[in-house]
Amino acid sequence: MNVPAVNVASLLRRWWPVPALVVLVLLPYSALPLPGLLDGPIGSPGSLQLLALCLVFGALATGYDLLLGRTGLLSFGHALYFAAGTYATDLMLTQAGLGFWPAAGLGLLSGVVLATLLGSVSLRMTGIGFAMVTLAFAQAGSILVQRDPGGVTGGEEGLAATGLPGSLVGIQHTANLYWIALAYLVVTLVSVRWTVRSPIGRVWEGIRENERRVEVLGLRPYGFKLVAFVLAGTLAALGGVVYLLLTGGATPQTTTSDFTLSLLVMVVLGGSGTRWGPLVGGVLYTWAQHRLASLAGSGTIAGLPSVLRVPLSQPLFLLGVLFVIVVYALPGGVAGLPARVRARTVSRSVPRGVQA
Amino acid sequence: MSTVVLLCITGLGLGALYFLVASGLSLIFGLMDVLNFAHGALLSVGAYATWWAASHSFGYPLALLFGTAVGTLASVALELGLIRPLYRRPREQVLATVGVGLAVPALLSAIWGADARTFPVPGALAGTFTLLGASVPVNRLVLIGAALVVLLALRLFLGRTRHGLVVRAGVEDRAMVTALGIDVRRAFTLVFAIGGAAAALAGGLAGLYFGSVDPTQGGSLLIFGFVVVVMGGLGSVSGAAVACVVVGLVQQFANYYSTAGLGDLSVVVMLAALLLVRPSGLTGRLA
Amino acid sequence: MSAPLLSVRELKVVVGGRHILHGVDLDVAPAGVTALLGRNGAGKTTTVRGILGLVPRSGSVRYDGHETVGMTTHQLVRRGIGYVPEDRGVFAALTVAENLRLAERDADPAYDLVHELFPELRQRARQAAGTLSGGQQQMVAIGRTLLNRSNRLIIADEPTKGLAPRVVTEVAVALERAAQAVPILLVEQNLALVRRLAGHCVVVADGRTAHAGPAAELLADAEKSRTLLGVGRRADAATGPGGDR
Ligand SMILES: Nc1ncnc2c1ncn2[C@@H]1O[C@H](COP(=O)(O)OP(=O)(O)OP(=O)(O)O)[C@@H](O)[C@H]1O
Ligand SMILES: [Mg+2]
Repeated sequence: MNVPAVNVASLLRRWWPVPALVVLVLLPYSALPLPGLLDGPIGSPGSLQLLALCLVFGALATGYDLLLGRTGLLSFGHALYFAAGTYATDLMLTQAGLGFWPAAGLGLLSGVVLATLLGSVSLRMTGIGFAMVTLAFAQAGSILVQRDPGGVTGGEEGLAATGLPGSLVGIQHTANLYWIALAYLVVTLVSVRWTVRSPIGRVWEGIRENERRVEVLGLRPYGFKLVAFVLAGTLAALGGVVYLLLTGGATPQTTTSDFTLSLLVMVVLGGSGTRWGPLVGGVLYTWAQHRLASLAGSGTIAGLPSVLRVPLSQPLFLLGVLFVIVVYALPGGVAGLPARVRARTVSRSVPRGVQA
Repeated sequence: MSTVVLLCITGLGLGALYFLVASGLSLIFGLMDVLNFAHGALLSVGAYATWWAASHSFGYPLALLFGTAVGTLASVALELGLIRPLYRRPREQVLATVGVGLAVPALLSAIWGADARTFPVPGALAGTFTLLGASVPVNRLVLIGAALVVLLALRLFLGRTRHGLVVRAGVEDRAMVTALGIDVRRAFTLVFAIGGAAAALAGGLAGLYFGSVDPTQGGSLLIFGFVVVVMGGLGSVSGAAVACVVVGLVQQFANYYSTAGLGDLSVVVMLAALLLVRPSGLTGRLA
Repeated sequence: MSAPLLSVRELKVVVGGRHILHGVDLDVAPAGVTALLGRNGAGKTTTVRGILGLVPRSGSVRYDGHETVGMTTHQLVRRGIGYVPEDRGVFAALTVAENLRLAERDADPAYDLVHELFPELRQRARQAAGTLSGGQQQMVAIGRTLLNRSNRLIIADEPTKGLAPRVVTEVAVALERAAQAVPILLVEQNLALVRRLAGHCVVVADGRTAHAGPAAELLADAEKSRTLLGVGRRADAATGPGGDR
């Protein structure tokens, strides 16, 4: 028996994220073309920009799953905290004229404060009531941003950021933005993993399984849920700051309920409550949306008959349909796929067809 | 004074739209625990079908009937095709409606464009009439009338018919209804049909109210539908009726007397305040 | 004993990943009362809910010669089963009359019988069932099963739980009366009632059938009833504290 080989395999199984991270860090230096997947070579600014967006949304979905998959809280207002990070930082830059770092700090802080305040109110409701209240709050934020009563958010136009540090602006610095996005992803993954495995995480699991039982144990679920809500909100606000850098400004689309719904789609697509599922879902979704959008704009689709061309020109239509298919055919998301394949090959599961 | 009258009638007209959206949402949620995110899409389907029929020289009443029928069929198809196979998996049911809610508006804008289409308002409904010195658009009355008719019909249905009895019982305890030998899934299809009809009707009337249709209308009305449902108490039609009046009036008055947009905001603040005082909403019961 | 009306074999129930029943076997005779006994938490309610398909189950449930594990609850119930659930299952927001009307399956419901046994239900027909006393609610729950003369089996889960002695007697009379026409599967903690009504009994413990035989035989054997049911000499004491659900 080859003992060292076994050790390498088990080491790799445990530590593969480390080499994966190294590879991700080194990507900007690669000139490898990935035709079909990316338009230019990996290290080109266009590709790095898309990759960075994928990482940000992967991280955002991972943070959102802290609520959905880990604690069982269906929040429809996550966009609010993301947008708070983006807009507050942007306003500190453009209106208050602060430097980037203090502005980012205050932007993050506003996300935390908002999540604490609104979380403590929303969590008075449970289940779907909670979902609706978070939705309503996020809608209020969205209305504020879009109607722009104070004349500061730029309304429908959005708000371009000014006064960003030179090393974070411009096409030649895309690699820096990419690394920031990667760092944000690592921070998110580590904090989610760490809290989920802590005693708090075990209470979250209990709440997800059966909230009443947690109460019977003499614990008040409210406080634990609030911690999850605030942590997820904080991570979202941080993501908002990173997004501001990536896109050079704030757009009102990030405040809408559709934005939260797309996070939900990412999480479910990838596999809710799993370690890597939301990340995979976020990356896939973001990548697909960009590819589909550029496909719709290209000549490939224009030649098709209208029955195909019309729906194919709408990425949201395709994603919506894809999502329904995933809900049906892949209940565990993409992350559940290997286990399903294994189960299928190992033993034919008992047919659960119920005849009437 | 005339301003107050106008704001009242307009607020009630808006509240009527909210009621048409919220009554179906509330029944579907109450009975099935499904928060129907496709409800806005059903509204849009009704709006576009009405618009299509109206611009193909159907008369408006006929067009509205056509739009409502299309929305009802779409809703029944949604329940039978997507919701029913996921029975006993309420979370997946909600997710399926989310997918539909994303896909349908995208499809509508793929076919008819993302921009608003002007709604052909018939002459008789385009005018205004004078009430206590205010000149009030006639279409507001149509909206309020339609909502009242739907409210009355729903109350009769719930209170006087066997199907209504099954729905009310199912809202309380679905499992016990099946244990009495009743196929509660029929009631599911029924509430989807009712909810889809009301939402599609709201869509056709929204075209009248706003003067145009666009693919995002359903989504934005849906949000206020949610607010009304929560305020009125999940599963309560009467609660929704009270809440929609409050929401419509507050929104109109606040929008008029302060910056535009603050009305929408004050509605949400009101919801938060209400939940702080009474976490179960105005009522906890069905009409 | 002639062929059983209901015959359960290897009934297994898993709820939320927890195995609650590991294999319950029981037969319900085509006449009279069969008692389903066991300590609190033994799995009696889960057995009943499994039989009715209210929880996902596996194993075999043959009713009237047909396998029913593939059926939905309403299909099974329509073959003539009346069910009195542990928590009574009345619809609080509905009136008494509406609760009864909902249960009607026969063209000619037996309101005369229900009102004869429970005259109070007639007087309170328009009262919301949620405002009734516990005993009155239990009358509604039992009344619902007596309404359909076509019922061929009644399953009653602790119908006397938490009731005052006078109401227990009233319920017992109703069950006794019903048992003359329809076989009953009765979950019951009140052993005096079991002794009075039941011919056969089945005991479940830890999600399995632990004993089956004539009820009188088990109750006469103090040692056996102590180990199986956890009761001492005062076996006739009132019902135990409410079970968890
Ligand atoms: N939905 C559920 N989730 C988790 N555990 C459950 C569930 N339903 C029942 N159980 C457990 O299964 C066991 C059997 O419960 P069941 O209600 O069948 O007992 P029982 O014999 O009817 O008790 P009692 O005499 O108190 O009514 C109990 O330990 C109970 O806690
Ligand atoms: Mg029990």
